Amino acid sequence: MGRLPLEGLRVLEITVVWAGPYCGSFLADLGAEVIRVESTKTFVPLTRGASPRLTQAQIENLPLYSGGTPGHVPGERPFNRSPMFNSHARNKRSMTVNLLEPGGREIFDRLVSISDVLVENNPTETMEKLGVSYESLKAVKDDIIMLRMPAYGSDGPYRDYRAHGVHIEGVVGHTMLRGYEDTDPSYNTTVLMSDAAAGAQGAFAVLAALHHRKRTGQGQLVELGQAENVFPFLGEYYMDYLMNGRTHGPTGNRHPRALQNCYPCAPEGDNEDRWVAITVYDNEQWQALCETIGAPDLAADAELADAAARHARQAEIDPRIAAWTRAQSTADAMDTLQQAGVPAGAVMNQEDAFADPHVESRQFFQEAYQEDCGTHLYPGPLYKMSATPLSIRRGPVMFGQDNGYVYRELLGYTAAEYAAFEAAGHIGTDYAEGI
Amino acid sequence: MPSGALTGLKVLDFTHYVSGPYCAKLLADYGADVIKVEPPAGDGARRIGPFPDDVSHPEKSGLFLHLNTNKRGVVIDLKQPDAAGIVERLTSWADIVIESYRPGVADRLGVGYDRLSSLNPALIYTSISNFGQTGPYRDYRGSEVVFYGMGGEMHSTGLADREPLKLGGNVGLYQAGAVAAVATMGAALAGSFAPEAGDAPGQHIDVSILETQLGSVDRRQSALLAHQYTGKISQRPPSASSGGYPNAVYPTADGYLQINGSRMYWPRAVAMLGNTPELTAERWREPSAQGDVAMQEEFEGEHLLPWMLERTRAEAWQAAQGSRVLSGPINTMADLDVDPSFNARGVFAEGVHPIAGSLRYPGRPFIMNESPWQFRRTAPLLGQHTAEVLLELGYDDVEISALADSGAVSLLQAAEG
Repeated sequence: MGRLPLEGLRVLEITVVWAGPYCGSFLADLGAEVIRVESTKTFVPLTRGASPRLTQAQIENLPLYSGGTPGHVPGERPFNRSPMFNSHARNKRSMTVNLLEPGGREIFDRLVSISDVLVENNPTETMEKLGVSYESLKAVKDDIIMLRMPAYGSDGPYRDYRAHGVHIEGVVGHTMLRGYEDTDPSYNTTVLMSDAAAGAQGAFAVLAALHHRKRTGQGQLVELGQAENVFPFLGEYYMDYLMNGRTHGPTGNRHPRALQNCYPCAPEGDNEDRWVAITVYDNEQWQALCETIGAPDLAADAELADAAARHARQAEIDPRIAAWTRAQSTADAMDTLQQAGVPAGAVMNQEDAFADPHVESRQFFQEAYQEDCGTHLYPGPLYKMSATPLSIRRGPVMFGQDNGYVYRELLGYTAAEYAAFEAAGHIGTDYAEGI
Repeated sequence: MPSGALTGLKVLDFTHYVSGPYCAKLLADYGADVIKVEPPAGDGARRIGPFPDDVSHPEKSGLFLHLNTNKRGVVIDLKQPDAAGIVERLTSWADIVIESYRPGVADRLGVGYDRLSSLNPALIYTSISNFGQTGPYRDYRGSEVVFYGMGGEMHSTGLADREPLKLGGNVGLYQAGAVAAVATMGAALAGSFAPEAGDAPGQHIDVSILETQLGSVDRRQSALLAHQYTGKISQRPPSASSGGYPNAVYPTADGYLQINGSRMYWPRAVAMLGNTPELTAERWREPSAQGDVAMQEEFEGEHLLPWMLERTRAEAWQAAQGSRVLSGPINTMADLDVDPSFNARGVFAEGVHPIAGSLRYPGRPFIMNESPWQFRRTAPLLGQHTAEVLLELGYDDVEISALADSGAVSLLQAAEG
């Protein structure tokens, strides 16, 4: 196996929920040694699942992406079995230390002194309580890179405001843009794309800082406010406001200029929830669509040779498309339209994605084992590299799984010291009683 | 002035529309020297708005202006025989190439990986395409809703009795660009941390927009894994506030506020509402309470909504935060433009473009204290830097005129400048 790009780089994570751990997963996939610094005395909800001692009732009441543990049962250590956590916890390590208890800080500092990067995404005041700041890290490791990912910023009027991704998306203007055309935002369900943006751009920020360090020898503090970070993803909407004073409301699945929607397909077995998404940008695609769905009258309509007219008359065109899609399976609708040159995609539930021949041919899913979960297919690295291929080298890390490696091998503590830390509660593979 | 983090990186940008240009923009904004190569007709994004007063103009597209900050721009007609020599010199100059042609097109235009890597074996070459460079859907067409429908959690987004819903705008295309920037920089830094590893190997990175959705932490990664773990399929919820309360968007006196005070956050919601005896009663803390529709209706109708509706959005947000209730207002771009935090923290950046004029732009996505984001230049005019770049590559004025006459390159039109 070839060397991985970030081999030799050590990254510490004090990360919670999604944005921070997702950032770390990009670095871990690229070969960095990413060590989660966790605590037996603190459980931040929605990090390793909704709560440390999930009950069967709680699991069933949670959305599947959060409550869908193996076999849909909590198991002995539910915090090692959360799909929310395990989906991004591959290729990482985990150690435990209680920073605010005697001895904790010294252990942590020793780890910092041999690390390159620390990533965190806690509320600003939480980090202050922990006493972890860029200055405190730099005192231990002069060229450390620290990435902070607060919701809004370490200063400013929202400094300590609490948010999940879904709230950040409201603030930054995304929530207002999504939703059914005929409903107000109170009908919007939860999406969490700002976490995805923070994870990816957080990883980019770390890599940029490493480039700077390589060139100058200098570490630095990088601050990524999650709302600010995702704002550029909506840049054209901001420009429209500046240029034309225009604000936008929800547009359903419609496109601002092209003919586009999500159309019903034929039931498959007892599953009636089958859909295909279609976009028609230009005349060539429009003619191909009309031919495919058997609508020569639409093809011949001279006015509809114009994208703006198709967009304006979509209410009249949609039923014609739907009449055709209702007789197709999602895969047939997609393949037939794509072969005619029309952008179309089957709306794929999880089962569809695992069965899809293209996804399969690209080997996107990779098998991984973890003691508390067994062997399963996991979503793998997000891109292919020809000279340094990435893979899931190690299953999702269990709580405290690497205490032995970190304390004994990396930090050089003796067996006696290790036992003492274990007795003091720093080292553990389960949360303390009452957590 | 301190230099940008990516100072010294030389990038050749053969991309158009959103994902590729955004990837190259991230590199340019943080200091890389990015040369954007456009065909004579320009990046198609120049023909997509928004435009001032909705009047189309190739130098006034808000989308193009936003996505191409800090880049230099040259116009090369890659279909002309004389373009090959220019491509050779550009390739020798570059550390990184980013392209977003449909698979196979870069090869046909003479800028494919095989040719360019033979000219410069150390080249990091990032391809961004709809479905990747291989596989049965390699040549399929894409769009934002197609990618989200196939790759993302669209099937579980929206309401149970209605159709699945896409996200807003083009956020998935931007996300693909951001992921491509991670891949590119990862490759560029290869070998930097293992002293014996040597220099970064040249390589081809294959970014499939579909896969950036399948691996997205917008619920998709974990929903896919939850299916592996349970065999079950996620469903769209029957209503926006199902599965625990209060956890939805609620109306206030002057707009909407989204809050989450459900389940483990319930005590915070009760505190927000003043810890009234009705709400501190034991029955609200029963394990079944959060799944009880009648109790939810009682809570929302009798306690939450009256509280919300007698406050403005700003007042309700502040009060919610006072009790640490996860929350945020539903803003429009008009709200964001005057947002006190965004303005106080310098999120916006002013740029003066020779044709589009003075505009505010979305500025830095994140703050690098020692190597800051800088707005060095607005998006290039079509062909603005053709002559400048050709001179740097060693062509003289006579050769440049000849290349322009042959149609291999276009120089900036005087009328436009």
